Amino acid sequence: MELGYDVKELLKWSAETKLRQLSRKEELFTHGHRMCAGCGAPTVVKMVLMATDYPAVASNATGCLEVSSCIQEFTAWKIPWIHTAFENAAATLSGAETMYRALLKKGKMPENVKFIAFGGDGGTYDIGLQSLSGAMERRHDMLYICYDNGAYMNTGIQRSSATPLGADTTTSPAGSANPAGKVQPRKDLTRIMAAHGIPYAAQASISHWADFIRKVRKAHEIKGPKFINVLSPCNRGWRTATDNSVQLSRLAVETCYWPLYEIEDGKLTVTVKPAQKRPVAEFMKPQGRFKHLFVPENAGMLARVQEEVDRNWQRLLRESGEAAE
Amino acid sequence: MKKWNELVPGAVVLEAGSAEKFKTGSWRSFRPRWIEENCIQCLFCWLYCPDMAIKVEDGKRKEYLYDYCKGCGICAVECPGKKGQKAIVMEPEGK
Repeated sequence: MELGYDVKELLKWSAETKLRQLSRKEELFTHGHRMCAGCGAPTVVKMVLMATDYPAVASNATGCLEVSSCIQEFTAWKIPWIHTAFENAAATLSGAETMYRALLKKGKMPENVKFIAFGGDGGTYDIGLQSLSGAMERRHDMLYICYDNGAYMNTGIQRSSATPLGADTTTSPAGSANPAGKVQPRKDLTRIMAAHGIPYAAQASISHWADFIRKVRKAHEIKGPKFINVLSPCNRGWRTATDNSVQLSRLAVETCYWPLYEIEDGKLTVTVKPAQKRPVAEFMKPQGRFKHLFVPENAGMLARVQEEVDRNWQRLLRESGEAAE
Repeated sequence: MKKWNELVPGAVVLEAGSAEKFKTGSWRSFRPRWIEENCIQCLFCWLYCPDMAIKVEDGKRKEYLYDYCKGCGICAVECPGKKGQKAIVMEPEGK
């Protein structure tokens, strides 16, 4: 099997991020959690906490991560962590952060405690959007991490507003009445967050971990609300093998389905530009949720997916001041 | 397992990282095998492992923590190996 990446380049990332040094740090998210084998979300959490050099407090919206990382008496977290309902991870953390600021003023708390919220796409794009929007608008000093697996995986793969165009889910099934799967394109949440005028919004991927770690470190140095959206492959919902979450993340970046960029005080920068932009079908082909699109009758839908990806990518390049391709 | 009236009020878990007591190794149907002579110590397997089931000591990769490894196989896919020879191979469990 081909590796799909350049070993030399990754070894360069390793030196940049001081990976060996990071391996000496205590892991703040432990083994023994009950996420499915091959899930992307624990890797997202692990990388975020690895890149956090400060004491941290986390809140977690209901979702796969929440229900399987803390099952009565067994918690995988080694930092103070609170389970919130589906809709209020950002609101709960806003409260904790406000309390912290009040206690800090009285000298009852150490400085530089970081507040991190975790939510899946259901808890972030849909159900938790209003509380997240409120927290961003009130300018709480917190980092919100969305692990986006593109559906309500925890409850059995129902469509969310993050589900990509054409995907088959249990509530957007591809069948005789609707052969194309989900007929609406996904919501561009990273831009919606950036539109709040927050100091930092970014998109990241576990496959490009040097970029991801750099973004988390950068976010922690900025005061105010920050948002990072991370692609998190789900082999159950995407209908793939358990061993390819990193490969699929890499393909998502290389096909520009999941472009890596950051918006800092309104300025957009594309942080990873693939050497060669690959057709989005390469990302979709290994996934059973797109299987129905690879028949002649659905060629139009496949073309529409590619069009959406291209349009978004050209817009990103334009806004980052780079010449469109 | 504690009874309901023995639990801490508010369902608070006071022991950080107590999930370590819950072994997930039995979920595995494929078992990764580490071949040390092909290992370049890049630590990518450790970095990508969703189950924190690869022990790293003093910056060096050590043996698997089979009590926790769920056998997803990501480490074997991502392992660059040495001269085209993988340092991690997946084998059916129980063989």
